Amino acid sequence: MGSFLGLDYNVWWFLVFGAVISGYAILDGFDLGAGALHLFLKKEQSRRIALNAIGPIWDGNEVWLVIGGGALFAGFPVAYAAIFSAFYIPFFIFLIGLIWRAVAIEFRSKEPGRLWRLSWDFVYSFACIVIALSLGLMLGNVALGLPLNDQKEFTGNWLSFFNPFSILVAVTTLALFMMHGAIYLAMKTENRLYTKLTILAKNFTVFFVMSFAITTVYTLLYIPHLSDRIKSNPQFFIFPLIMMLAIANIPRMLNKGKYRHAFASSCVTIASLLIMVAIEVFPNLLYATNDAANSITIHNAVASEKTMKILLLIALIGTPLVALYTSFVFWTFKGKVKLDEMSY
Amino acid sequence: MDVEILSRIQFAFTIAFHYIYPPLSIGLGLTLVIMEGMYLKTRNPIYEKMTRFWIKIFALIFGIGVATGIIMEFEFGTNWAAYSKYVGDIFGSALAAEGIFAFALESGFLGILLFGWNRVGPKVHFFATVMVFLGSMFSAVWIVVANSWQQTPAGYHIVGEGMNARAEITDFWAMVFNPSSVDRLTHTWLGAFLAGSFLVLSVNAYYILKKKHLEIAKPAFKIALTVALISSLCQLISGHSSADGVAKNQPAKLAAMEGHYDSSAAADMYLFGWVNDKEQKTSGLAIPGGLSFLVHQDFKAPITGLNAFKPEDRPGQVNAVFQFYHIMISIGMILIALTVYASWLWWRGKLFDKRWLMLVFAWAVLLPQIGNQVGWFTAEMGRQPWVVYGLLRTSDGLSKNVQAQQVLFSLILFTLVYTILFILFLYLLNKKIKHGPVDYNTKEVIDEGSKRDNPILQHG
Repeated sequence: MGSFLGLDYNVWWFLVFGAVISGYAILDGFDLGAGALHLFLKKEQSRRIALNAIGPIWDGNEVWLVIGGGALFAGFPVAYAAIFSAFYIPFFIFLIGLIWRAVAIEFRSKEPGRLWRLSWDFVYSFACIVIALSLGLMLGNVALGLPLNDQKEFTGNWLSFFNPFSILVAVTTLALFMMHGAIYLAMKTENRLYTKLTILAKNFTVFFVMSFAITTVYTLLYIPHLSDRIKSNPQFFIFPLIMMLAIANIPRMLNKGKYRHAFASSCVTIASLLIMVAIEVFPNLLYATNDAANSITIHNAVASEKTMKILLLIALIGTPLVALYTSFVFWTFKGKVKLDEMSY
Repeated sequence: MDVEILSRIQFAFTIAFHYIYPPLSIGLGLTLVIMEGMYLKTRNPIYEKMTRFWIKIFALIFGIGVATGIIMEFEFGTNWAAYSKYVGDIFGSALAAEGIFAFALESGFLGILLFGWNRVGPKVHFFATVMVFLGSMFSAVWIVVANSWQQTPAGYHIVGEGMNARAEITDFWAMVFNPSSVDRLTHTWLGAFLAGSFLVLSVNAYYILKKKHLEIAKPAFKIALTVALISSLCQLISGHSSADGVAKNQPAKLAAMEGHYDSSAAADMYLFGWVNDKEQKTSGLAIPGGLSFLVHQDFKAPITGLNAFKPEDRPGQVNAVFQFYHIMISIGMILIALTVYASWLWWRGKLFDKRWLMLVFAWAVLLPQIGNQVGWFTAEMGRQPWVVYGLLRTSDGLSKNVQAQQVLFSLILFTLVYTILFILFLYLLNKKIKHGPVDYNTKEVIDEGSKRDNPILQHG
């Protein structure tokens, strides 16, 4: 395997894939969180403002998932094949959730009727909750590992996905997204809705901290090997530390009305969480719980050297372009939401 | 039913449903670029109204296209894991390029296209429209390249043996420009332009019939007719070139398309017919030696027939391939006749005089849709029993750890969800069309429900 700036191509691609997934979690995370807390907003106008706060950008955010899927397929085809065929049922539930989220946003505003809108509010919020939970459930199982045969195929039963650790991760993910979404919405709103959202944001921060604490304690007690690498390499302790400081910073900034700082802190929280997961699993992409030799790693799942070169080139050209027009779109829709005749 | 047939049905169903929308997005994208371009050039408010009306329809179509498209990207992994491992090295880079170069472009600028009318200047908005259109065109490039590689693999070598065999890339550009990419991409784009322009034709024909919104309906009809005329004529050339490619690269598919069995004989070209695969006989109305003439410019030249292939290497559903192919050809011919005739009337200044023609156009929206669907069914069923032509059999591409009842579960789920989605789509599309273009200088556009509890709009 060739190398670039001292790192092997497959290590680079692990980092690229991790960055894309973090990008997806941070960007679609606030859309999903905003959706999950949608029913906490009672007034029709509040709900419309909340929808239009994500309206012009949620679709662009979802693209990160598409890029992540493509990145895994291209760079680590064996992992792509194993992971999605293993998570057959939960992944389709996740995808159906994405469909309903998309159409609920699109359809809700098309009829003025109260029942029509209320139904879509429910579909929308429920879909977002299902998406967050199934995403967390799969993340938990990837972190734990799955039983795999020597052909790197899943040999277990899908009901085993519902283990206590993964369920805790699922709940934590939902809590994290709700906190993140509430802060994002606070950033986009004003007056009474803003006040309401800052209260919600603080409540969800408490919800997140509690579920994260329970998950951590459970991990340390029952799955100690999931913290091996951070325990044996004290320099990595910087990441949990950064995360704690970022979380602590959120209510402080919300109290001061510095919602942009609060939002940045919650982005940092998500990123450091995923970095900790990445540190623990590396170089595995999917750990085989029955026999470590069957694990899918960045060494045995990687595409050919030629493909890796092409992919890194695509990433090098593509990333600045995507960053450029994403920031242009965000800049166009910056500031508080104003409803107009094109709004949802 | 076994996993293979269930997975094939699920893939066919989800991709066919998805494929209602992307061609409409591409075709509408092109018409939107023309409409908004006319607005920028003339500053005539008619074109503004027209553009903004079609943006709303575009939003609805695009939304469902995205929602159903994400499924496709992951369905390779869920249902076709062995295939994914086999082609990942090649297919993956095309999909990754699609995501980052095409999909990110269109989804990013979509926000400005839909919501940016009051936020950015007209030129920037036009730029966003062009970017969304280009993004959808690029999307087609990478998806068709990946699919074409499955039809005519190039720029690769096979590494490993048996269960561990897989294709690895040796030449990226040879993979991208494999023997069928360019033909099939052109064919797909033109099919998309037809789908989009015929939707615009249909809606405006309906307004003309109802004598509503005439000041917008007539110029919009003419814009779409121009696109449809050029596309349908080009499609004839592109179709011929595609068939030539199939003759050269996938002889078994060509033989199935015309129900031709005997390799020593000249092949006929059917206008319509029926294939009896058991007796290896095709009957119907045919131009004797027509296919031989098209391929070799000689009515007597023999064409490779299905008998040249072992039974296990032939497409299983010859009659279906034959029928789908002939429906596509017939539709192509009807579209040419329709657009040429309408253009002739336009030239004579009588385009909107014939009510029956407007009625035909109002319903003709279905034709390119059917044509696109059956065209793809011809291409994909004609490639069977291979998922990668000559290299990997469809039955060897499955996810081995996925059971039939899991696939059945997801298939039922998709059937339910897509049925509801399709009904809602038609309902909302119909409603938008009935509502029609509106004047954005009045408040007519704001529905009562939202006006009442929206202070910004009340005072704005």
